[in-house]
Amino acid sequence: MNLVTFSGPPSSGKTAVILKTIEAIQQRGLNVGVVKFDCLYTDDDELYRKAGVPVKKGLSGSLCPDHYFVSNIEEVVQWGREKELDLLITESAGLCNRCSPYIKDIKAICVIDNLSGINTPKKIGPMLKTADIVVITKGDIVSQAEREVFASRVSTVNPDAMVMNVNGLTGQGAYEFSTLLFDENDHIDTVTGKKLRFSMPSAMCSYCLGETRIGEEHQLGNVRKIELGDE
Amino acid sequence: MIIKDKLKSSTVNEIIEQYPYTESFFEDQKLAVDDQEKTLEEIYAGLTVEEREDVVFDLDQFADSLSSHIKNMQEFLGENDSVVAKLSILAGNNKDGKKENYDKLDIHSGEIISIVGPTGSGKSRLLADIEWTAQGDTPTERQILINDEVPDKKWRFTGGKKLVAQLSQNMNFVMDLSVIEFLNLHAESRLIDNQAEVVERIFNEANRLAGEQFGREAQITSLSGGQSRALMIADTAILSSSPIILIDEIENAGIDREKALELLVGEEKIVLMATHDPILALMGDKRIIINNGGIKNIIDTTAEEKELMQELKVLDKVLTDLRNDLRYGKNLSRISEELAAVKNT
Ligand SMILES: Nc1nc2c(ncn2[C@@H]2O[C@H](COP(=O)(O)OP(=O)(O)O)[C@@H](O)[C@H]2O)c(=O)[nH]1
Ligand SMILES: [Mg+2]
Ligand SMILES: [Zn+2]
Ligand SMILES: [Zn+2]
Repeated sequence: MNLVTFSGPPSSGKTAVILKTIEAIQQRGLNVGVVKFDCLYTDDDELYRKAGVPVKKGLSGSLCPDHYFVSNIEEVVQWGREKELDLLITESAGLCNRCSPYIKDIKAICVIDNLSGINTPKKIGPMLKTADIVVITKGDIVSQAEREVFASRVSTVNPDAMVMNVNGLTGQGAYEFSTLLFDENDHIDTVTGKKLRFSMPSAMCSYCLGETRIGEEHQLGNVRKIELGDE
Repeated sequence: MIIKDKLKSSTVNEIIEQYPYTESFFEDQKLAVDDQEKTLEEIYAGLTVEEREDVVFDLDQFADSLSSHIKNMQEFLGENDSVVAKLSILAGNNKDGKKENYDKLDIHSGEIISIVGPTGSGKSRLLADIEWTAQGDTPTERQILINDEVPDKKWRFTGGKKLVAQLSQNMNFVMDLSVIEFLNLHAESRLIDNQAEVVERIFNEANRLAGEQFGREAQITSLSGGQSRALMIADTAILSSSPIILIDEIENAGIDREKALELLVGEEKIVLMATHDPILALMGDKRIIINNGGIKNIIDTTAEEKELMQELKVLDKVLTDLRNDLRYGKNLSRISEELAAVKNT
């Protein structure tokens, strides 16, 4: 089985791109399944189910969805093997700009859209910086110049990534993208023992552990202070 | 890599001096550099754990990233290897798996090729094959050559430089910038030397194409449809890094389409244009007829058709004039009189 992880800001077009890509992969007779990770709510699983794709979802609730991802990815891989998938795709809502669900030696895709503004590549951290392939969507609605500027910003933030344009609505570029996702020589039976590409933040403050009271005396653990002095 | 170790022991100033474009890299990587006289090694040694988390990479990865960036930019600036003098499309198959009705189509820079065919016939697939520089690895199994050679893979994957630039009806400006700010931003990303000059030229050309003039300080999002398209075309012609321009119809309103095409091919680009409009189609040197997923025929525009195009332009002018008369409350006259009026101008 191949494993590919997708991440990217909300509404950037992850589900749309994955669906179009799956169409192309299924035409090659391959068996694809998806597991969607989100925080509080998602109906992406319905979209995948409608497309006839085996799907599971996991909601992290009060946890950072990426922390939740790492704690569950091994079970998810085993689910994929039981279903005899050739390709297992995970979709994570990139809600935490400090974390990313990418694992070393597992293909990592970041989906980001042209409408999100030219400073977004700078803002979203490891999710973009450590991806292997960056897919840029919604090129159909912005000007050529804006597409070029946006793509060059993406390349500055992640110079090693392959950068591709895929249209989530028409599927333009999805066939080409799909050829990069599956490699018949790749076999993932387990991810146990593998490592995250980027360590999740060392944050663990009293509020992470349920504290609700405000005030210096209640701030324990890893606490950072805002700088408000004159420059 | 040798360059990587050298980078680690260089100061930020030294790096920027040798590779000026790395200045924006340091900025975009959010590495807070308070003292540019320090080497990367020294800077990293001085970071706290939290600060290291903020810049994401350890020193090794950072140096890797930086050297990739330098490599990308060197490639990007090495314009010579990306001149596309000739684009060739080698036949593949149509939807039934039958070989297309031609062997090889050569397109030279400065040529305009129209693409015609019913919706869903495979126009988008053809354009996608070109963009991907297909090597028999797409559903049509077509092959694309550039300057008679199998193209470098960089055309598929680099962020900064794509083979094909696209212009279509539903594209809008989304940034909150004035015309001049916008052009400067695009020019900066291209790292050109004579920025002010180029920006001025695009501004003037865009106004030459637009029916209604617009100013330097106008917000791009408030331009009319015709003005936006004029600005997009002038900008793409002059500033886009892509040697091939793909146009999906140009509406007839608010823009001089003939001048627009002249501007594009004048910049030694290859223009591919999907259209249903006979005037536009006949502006091409050739037209590709697509049917059932394959190229069914390639027709050279004949001298007779070029004359027809002139006649069609007269008809077009008559209709435009009638629309204007209507808009300004004039009485409309018969076609024969309108024709006479057009001939007189
Ligand atoms: N115009 C346009 N819309 C797109 C494109 N890709 C996705 N969308 C739309 O953007 C919205 C969000 O897409 P979705 O796939 O749900 O984003 P996700 O939250 O990242 O999974 C949907 O309405 C999609 O139809 C694209 O390339 N062009
Ligand atoms: Mg989604
Ligand atoms: Zn997190
Ligand atoms: Zn906390």
